[in-house]
Amino acid sequence: MPSPSGGIRPMPELKRLLPRFIAPLLVLAALVLGPAPGALAQSVGDTLAKFATDRFPDTARGVEEIARSGHPTALEIVEALGENRLAYSQADRSVYVIGKDDQVRSAETGAPVADIAPNQLRRVRINNPVRSAIAAALGALRLNSADPVQRRAAAEAIMQAHDADQAPALEAALGREKDARVATAISQALAALRIVDTKQPESVRLAAIDTLAERGDREALVMLRNVPAEAPAAIRQRAERAAAAVERRLSILGGVQNVFFGLSLGSVLLLAAIGLAITFGVMGIINMAHGEMVMLGAYTTFAVQEFLRTSAPGLFDWSLLFALPLAFLVAGGVGIGIERTIIRFLYGRPLETLLATWGVSLALQQAVRTIFGSSNREVGNPAFMTGSFDLFGISLTWSRMWIVVFTIAVFAFLLFVIRYTDYGLRMRAVVQNRAMAGSVGIRTNWIDALTFGLGSGIAGIAGVALSQIDNVSPNLGQGYIIDSFMVVVFGGVGSLWGTLVAALTLGIANKLLEPLAGAVLGKILILVFIILFIQKRPRGLFAQKGRTAES
Amino acid sequence: MRFTRRRFLGTTAAVAGMALAAPSIRAQGAPVKVGVLHSLSGTMAISETTLKDVMLMLIEEQNKKGGIMGRKLEAAVVDPASNWPLFAEKARELISTQKVAATFGCWTSVSRKSVLPVFEELNSILFYPVQYEGEESSKNVFYTGAAPNQQAIPAVDYLMSSEKVQRWVLAGTDYVYPRTTNRILEAYLKLKGVKPEDIMINYTPFGHSDWQTIVRQIKAFGSAGKKTAVVSTINGDANVPFYKELGNQGVAAKDIPVVAFSVGEEELAGIDTKPLVGHLAAWNYFMSVDAPENKDFIKKWQAFIKNPKRVTNDPMEAHVIGFNMWVKAVEKAGTFDAEAVIDAMVGVSVPNLTGGFSTMMPNHHITKPVLIGEIQADGQINTVWQTSGLVVGDEWSDYLEGSKDLISDWRKPMSCGNFNIKTGKCGGKA
Repeated sequence: MPSPSGGIRPMPELKRLLPRFIAPLLVLAALVLGPAPGALAQSVGDTLAKFATDRFPDTARGVEEIARSGHPTALEIVEALGENRLAYSQADRSVYVIGKDDQVRSAETGAPVADIAPNQLRRVRINNPVRSAIAAALGALRLNSADPVQRRAAAEAIMQAHDADQAPALEAALGREKDARVATAISQALAALRIVDTKQPESVRLAAIDTLAERGDREALVMLRNVPAEAPAAIRQRAERAAAAVERRLSILGGVQNVFFGLSLGSVLLLAAIGLAITFGVMGIINMAHGEMVMLGAYTTFAVQEFLRTSAPGLFDWSLLFALPLAFLVAGGVGIGIERTIIRFLYGRPLETLLATWGVSLALQQAVRTIFGSSNREVGNPAFMTGSFDLFGISLTWSRMWIVVFTIAVFAFLLFVIRYTDYGLRMRAVVQNRAMAGSVGIRTNWIDALTFGLGSGIAGIAGVALSQIDNVSPNLGQGYIIDSFMVVVFGGVGSLWGTLVAALTLGIANKLLEPLAGAVLGKILILVFIILFIQKRPRGLFAQKGRTAES
Repeated sequence: MRFTRRRFLGTTAAVAGMALAAPSIRAQGAPVKVGVLHSLSGTMAISETTLKDVMLMLIEEQNKKGGIMGRKLEAAVVDPASNWPLFAEKARELISTQKVAATFGCWTSVSRKSVLPVFEELNSILFYPVQYEGEESSKNVFYTGAAPNQQAIPAVDYLMSSEKVQRWVLAGTDYVYPRTTNRILEAYLKLKGVKPEDIMINYTPFGHSDWQTIVRQIKAFGSAGKKTAVVSTINGDANVPFYKELGNQGVAAKDIPVVAFSVGEEELAGIDTKPLVGHLAAWNYFMSVDAPENKDFIKKWQAFIKNPKRVTNDPMEAHVIGFNMWVKAVEKAGTFDAEAVIDAMVGVSVPNLTGGFSTMMPNHHITKPVLIGEIQADGQINTVWQTSGLVVGDEWSDYLEGSKDLISDWRKPMSCGNFNIKTGKCGGKA
C-alpha cells in the first residue's frame, strides 16, 4: 500500500505556489521539452514498468515520464489510464492497453496481442493525485489535437496546472490557432502564467491581468489573488483592483444565481404541491397519502428505465417521456381506487380523512418496500438532463432547468383542463354547488373520483421529475408532504395561482436566506414567517371570496 | 433455518411450556434467543433491514455448526420502526419477555441513547455495529463500529499528506454524530495549524434535498487558491441529492475531493456513480477488499439473500465481528449469563473480513484497520490507503476539552466507563 506521505514535499521556493498545482506542475515541467527528435527510438521500458508496481507515486511518475518521452503511444496510454483501461500482467510486469472493444494491445508498440484476454490482466489503479497528473499530461499532449474542443480543454488544463514552463508551447499554439474560442482560452492560460513570470516586462504582466479580469470567473480570481507580494507595486495594485472588480461581478452573479436556485426550489415545491392544490385546495380532502403518489410516480420511472435497460437500451434517453403518461395513470389509478374505497365514505369528516389517508400512506410505503426493497433505487438521468451550462457567467444545471420548464408546462396544462374542458367545467360546478350540479345531471360522485384521480396523477408525474434530483426510496414522499401543505395553505386554499405564487415565494425566500442564515435556521425562519402570516391572513395569499369561501 | 411463523409459535410455546414446567430442563436443548433490534420500516429501514438479514444468516450458519455448546440459536426479530422511544420498548420486550442472551441492533446514535438505560437496568448485552461519535462507554454495550479516531482522524490525515489539502469544509446533517465529529475534527485541524478562516462548517436538516446553494458555497470556498476538501458527515437519504448536485455542478474529485463517513456500498447502489469517481470514503471495510475471508463472506451473503448483485458494507462486517466475538466469549465463559459473558468479552480476538484480527479492548471498543477508498464507476470503493496496523477505538476523544482526561476500562476492579485520570475518580468530567 502506498503511504500518504509518499507524495512530494514542497520545496521552499515552491511553497508560495499552490500545493494543488505541484503534482501537475512536475508533469508539465517534464513536458516542456516536447518530443525530442531521437525520442521515438528511445526505449520506454523503464517508464512502463512504473505502471506495474501498484504504487500510486510510481504511477504518477510514469505518467510524467511517458508524456515527456514523446513516445507514439503516449497519448493513448495516458488516456487509457484515465479511463481505467491500462493493465499489466502480474507474471512478467508488461503493460497493455485494453481497447474500448476489449482488444488487448501492447502499450509500448500499440500492436494487438492475441493470446491475452483482458481478465488475465490487472488494471492499473489511479487515485486523485494520479488523476491530476493525467489531466496535466493530457493538457500538454492534446494542445495540438485536431479537435477544437480538446484543444480548449487542454488550454484550461494548463491554466489550472499553472506552470510557467509551458508558456512557449502555448505561444506557439496561439500563433497557429484559428478557432476564436480556443484562442481566447489559450491567451487566458498564457496570461495566468505571465502574471507571475518575473522575467516578463511589466507591460506584458499588466496586459495579462486585464485578460484575466476580462475572463472574470472564479478561476481568474484565484490567479489574480496569486500575484506574489514581492511583485512591483503597479502590478500588485492593478491585480488587486481587477480581483475586486471580479469579486463584485461574482457577488452580483451570485445574487442572480440565488434567485434562480430559488426559482428552481420553488418549481420543485410547486410540482409537489400542485396535485395537492387540487385534492386539498379544490376538494377539501386532507390527503396525507399525497407524498406516496409522488413516490409511486418515481418508482414508475424506475420500472420504465429498468425495462428499457434490458429490452431497448437505445431508447434510454426517452425513458422519461414514456414514464410520464404511465406515472400519471398509475398514480391516478391508485388515487381513484383510494377515493372509491375509502375517502368517499368520509366526505365532510376531515379528521377521519386525515387519519385514514395517513394509514394509506404507511400501507403504500410498506407495499413498495416489500416489492422493491428498502434501499434506494437508481434512476438514471438522460443525457439532456446531466451537467450544467453557463448563462452569462451563471452556471445552471440542466436537470433543474428542465424541471422549471416542466413545472410551467404542468401548471399550464392544469389551468387549461380546469378552464377549457368539459370535465373542468363540471368539476368547477361540483365544487361550487354540489346540489345544484347534481340536479342538472352531473354525476357528482364520478367527478369527485376523477378529480381526486387528476390530483394524484399530477403528483405521479411530479414523481417522475423528482426522481431526477432526489432519492427514489419508499420515504421519498414523506419529505414533500409537509412542504406541499405549507405551499397550499400559504397560497390560499382553492387557488391554483395562489399555489404558484406561494411556491415561488417560499422557494426564493428560502434560497436567499440560506446563504445568510444556514439551511437549518433558514427553514425555521420560513416556518415562523408562515405561522405569523397565517395568523394575519388565515385564508392565505389568494383567499377565496364570495359564497364558495364559506363552504 | 428460515424463520416461519409456525416454527416461531411452536418454539415459543415449547419454551414457555418448559419454562413453566421445570426451569432446569431449559438448559438442556432449548434454543437460545438472540435479539435483533433493527428498524424494518420507516426512514431507517433503508439501512437497517440489511443488518437484520446478516444476523439471520450468521445465526443460521452457527446453527449449521451445531450452535453454541450444543444449544441452537434462534433469532428474535422485532421492528422498532425508526421510532426512537419504540427502540427502548422493544429492547425491554426482547430482554424481559423473550429472554434473549444478547441483542444486536440500533443504527442511529439517538436510538442507541434510547435503549442504553434499558440494557443497563436489565443488565443485558447490546452489540452496536455503526460508526459513531464516541463520548460514551457502557458496561453493557460493545461498540463494533468505528470511533472517530478509527475513521475521521485518519481520513483527514490522508487528505493532508497525500492530497495536500489546506482548506476544509465540514458538512454534516444537524444531529449529534456530525456535530460531535466536527467538534473533534475542528479541534484536531486547529492543532495541526489550520487557520480558523480555512475551516467552513455547514449543517443541513435531515433529508435535505436541495443542495444547490451549498454546493455553490463549497465551490466558492474552494476557489481561494488553496487545495480544498469536503469532510462529509451527511447522513442517510440526503446523500443522493448531494452527490447528484456535485456531479451536475461539475465538482470533480481531483479539484475538491469529498470524503464521506456515512456513505458505503449500500448508499451508492442508488446513484449513478460515474460523476463521483475519485470521491472518497473512510471505513474499516470495503466490499472490494481482496481477502479470502471477504470473498467467502460475499459468496455466502449473496447465496443467502438470493441476489448475486447484493453489496456488503462496513456495518455488516461489524456485526460479523461482534457475533463471532460473542460466540467465543460465551464459549470462554461456559454460560450465556450476561454478567459472565461481559467479563469474558474483553480480550476476545476474532478474524475480521479484511485479512486481520479484531480484538475487544477493555473500553468495549475493538481494534480495526482504517481504510480510505475512492468511489469507482461501478459503485464499488477501492482502497487507496490503509493504516499500517490496527487502530484501537478511542471512546473519549483526545482532542476535546474534558474528554481527553477520561478513560474507560471495564475490567475488574476498575469497572468504570469514565475514569478521570486527573482527579483519579470514576465519574466523568471534573
